[in-house]
Amino acid sequence: MGSKLSIALLALAALTTVARAQDKNSDVIARGEYLARAGDCTACHTAPEGRLFAGGRAMPTPFGTLYTSNITPDPETGIGKWSADDFYKTMHSGRFPDGGLIYPAMPFASYTKVTRADSDAIFAYLRSIPPVNQKNRPHELRFPYDNRQLILGWRTLFFSEGEFKPDPTKSDEWNRGAYLVEGLGHCGMCHSPINALGGTSQSDAFKGGLIPMQNWYAPSLTSNREAGLGDWSIKDITDLLQTGVSARGVVYGPMAEVVHNSLQYLNDADTKAMAVYLKGIAEASSPPPASSTLPNTESSLLISLGKTVYDKNCASCHGTQGEGKPPHWPPLANNQSIEMQSAVNPIRMVLNGGYPPGTKGNPMPYGMPPFAGLLSDNEVAAVVSYIRTAWGNRGTPVSAREANELRSAPLN
Amino acid sequence: MLARTAASAALVVTLAAFDGAAAQTANQPPDTMAARVEACTPCHGNKGEGTSDVYFPRLAGKPAGYLYNQLLAFRSGRRKYPPMNYLLEFLPDPYLQAMAEYFAGEHPPLPPPAPSEVSKDVLAQGEQLATSGDAGRNIPACVSCHGPGLTGMQPGIPGLLGLRAPYISAQLGAWRYGTRTAKSPDCMQVVASHLTEADVTAVAAWLATRPAPDNRAPVAKGTYALSFGCGSQPN
Ligand code: HEC
Ligand code: HEC
Ligand code: HEC
Ligand code: HEC
Ligand code: HEC
Repeated sequence: MGSKLSIALLALAALTTVARAQDKNSDVIARGEYLARAGDCTACHTAPEGRLFAGGRAMPTPFGTLYTSNITPDPETGIGKWSADDFYKTMHSGRFPDGGLIYPAMPFASYTKVTRADSDAIFAYLRSIPPVNQKNRPHELRFPYDNRQLILGWRTLFFSEGEFKPDPTKSDEWNRGAYLVEGLGHCGMCHSPINALGGTSQSDAFKGGLIPMQNWYAPSLTSNREAGLGDWSIKDITDLLQTGVSARGVVYGPMAEVVHNSLQYLNDADTKAMAVYLKGIAEASSPPPASSTLPNTESSLLISLGKTVYDKNCASCHGTQGEGKPPHWPPLANNQSIEMQSAVNPIRMVLNGGYPPGTKGNPMPYGMPPFAGLLSDNEVAAVVSYIRTAWGNRGTPVSAREANELRSAPLN
Repeated sequence: MLARTAASAALVVTLAAFDGAAAQTANQPPDTMAARVEACTPCHGNKGEGTSDVYFPRLAGKPAGYLYNQLLAFRSGRRKYPPMNYLLEFLPDPYLQAMAEYFAGEHPPLPPPAPSEVSKDVLAQGEQLATSGDAGRNIPACVSCHGPGLTGMQPGIPGLLGLRAPYISAQLGAWRYGTRTAKSPDCMQVVASHLTEADVTAVAAWLATRPAPDNRAPVAKGTYALSFGCGSQPN
């Protein structure tokens, strides 16, 4: 009797261990899924209407088109035969299991900061999703960029391998935010000037830049004259990151993608940590002197035409004083993203309109109509010049030629 | 995928809650669908009645299921028109459904039929194709799916009234060149591939001359059987 009982007890104990192991395992998978969201893997590794993480999404670059990889656990065409070590090598060192070099369009220059434990969790999650048998499509890169050895040069200049090192002089919250922004969030991939080699140098990190091929300007996250968030409240920053709209401004273009696929899923603590860090890195930069390429008489004519266009087409939503009805109809007065040196974004907003992303916090966003078909180049330049200089805004006028050039900017 | 389904379920709940809370502050835009689709109306008209641009289609009164399918197709890029592909890219399914229902529920009058620019013979050929098809060339009658009154059927078959000839030709052309596709089996792709340029001109011209019938609501699902299967019209 006694021995039977102990056998039964033993079996029970074994069962609970299995259950616990499974629990632990599913915890890891859930954490991996969360981290994969934070890394926005789906933005690149899932094709439109394609299966989750089966790759095949085209990424146009100045050097030709890259096609993303299948990262489902399919043994033939995905990463089903990889070990956690192999996966960490990709994330941390930018190399395939056989040591081959990975193109930096896969943001390993940021992911290198990810801890081994987080990398393993993402790997456990990727192993748990349905395998998809879909061969990787070969890249279509022009000579000489089709030679992977060239990546060595890029790596020497722009890649420094190494996990995130917390700054002991800063709070845990600040460090958590830094870890997410610099690592999985790969914010620097867009928010840094891109040079001819397609790289971001460490000293220019988060200084802003025009995204090649897409013709959107990703503003500096350090300068308060651009998207530096030094004088934003923490709540406005967390609203922007989690819902896509805020009392200070809204996201659009590529940033709408980031909020839609990634940032809206981050929990309140992580979002707040990012906000604290972003607010912290903003430098109180002295404003560079305003410089316009347009002669004075021409700009004042433009601006007076601009007011007419604005009152007729824009004031119903953005208000006669640019006050908007925040957060849904964003204010244009004292809105940094309009005053920046680069006028690409406000010109494109007027030409193409837009909707902020639909998010859990803002499931039915309000939209702005495109004006490309309704306004001439001159009228577009005029209204953008007006909103950049009215109500105390400190931007500069733009020319009809700049407006015209952006008519052909790609819309996807 | 699971998490996505969960997220969209959460959305439905949020949307429902949203609907109830009609609280409106002076400093907020009106909490209505009309205010939310202001981004669409310069091209489609305030009530979806269409505009003077012959390529911008009327949306009003079309079956909600049909409009929803189109919005999904534009969002994924399966149907191409870059200004719309871009606007819809990051909008969730329940919101697209709400937009579809909004325009389906509007009933501005149909425009008067357009005077036709083609000869009587061509119009007669168009009428023949639309109402009887051409069995010898494997062309089914358009009315066999779009309905005897050309008013369409719930949920997925659009009516063909109130559209202008250039728009109809452009859509048939888009199916032939693969820039518009519908859910598989894509029956319209099959129909369009059997039409010649001349057929397209004729049938588009005739359809655009049709006057509005008294009842132009799409008929109920299952009122008649389609001549062959269409992915966008579940049996
Ligand atoms: C900005 C786009 C982008 C993002 C975001 C991105 N990847 Fe990639 N990834 C790529 C591209 C492009 C390649 C192919 C690189 C090559 O062929 O050298 C790739 C390759 C890979 C590979 C190598 C697979 C193989 O067999 O080729 C793995 C593993 C991988 N990515 C995992 C991830 C994970 C995990 C994330 C999220 C944490 C992620 N990627 C986010 C673009 C991206
Ligand atoms: C795919 C490129 C891309 C990535 C990745 C990206 N951004 Fe952006 N971001 C942009 C562009 C383009 C804009 C300008 C459009 C706008 O203001 O929404 C922008 C704007 C912003 C703004 C200013 C919004 C405003 O209204 O002034 C903030 C803040 C921001 N990004 C933060 C981040 C953070 C934090 C991350 C990383 C989690 C990130 N971005 C990742 C492209 C990107
Ligand atoms: C129907 C209401 C509506 C009208 C009319 C409208 N807008 Fe907008 N505007 C919006 C909404 C909504 C957004 C946010 C869009 C997004 O996030 O994609 C926006 C965004 C903008 C932005 C970007 C703001 C930011 O935070 O960076 C600019 C610039 C802008 N609008 C300028 C204009 C101008 C100029 C006009 C007139 C030619 C105009 N808008 C007409 C609703 C409107
Ligand atoms: C710049 C003008 C423009 C704007 C803005 C626009 N559309 Fe469209 N829409 C078009 C054109 C043009 C087509 C036909 C495209 C084609 O040739 O397939 C179309 C097609 C459609 C269709 C398919 C109609 C049918 O009968 O097949 C729907 C539904 C639709 N639009 C809804 C919307 C909604 C909702 C919005 C706002 C979120 C919107 N559109 C904004 C121009 C526009
Ligand atoms: C077998 C059934 C079937 C037949 C026969 C058929 N159609 Fe269609 N048609 C459809 C369906 C289903 C759709 C909606 C497709 C979608 O979801 O995009 C459609 C859509 C259309 C549209 C797009 C309407 C819009 O607002 O954009 C046009 C135009 C059209 N059909 C014309 C024709 C013409 C002309 C004929 C005869 C030559 C014809 N159809 C015959 C099933 C049919």
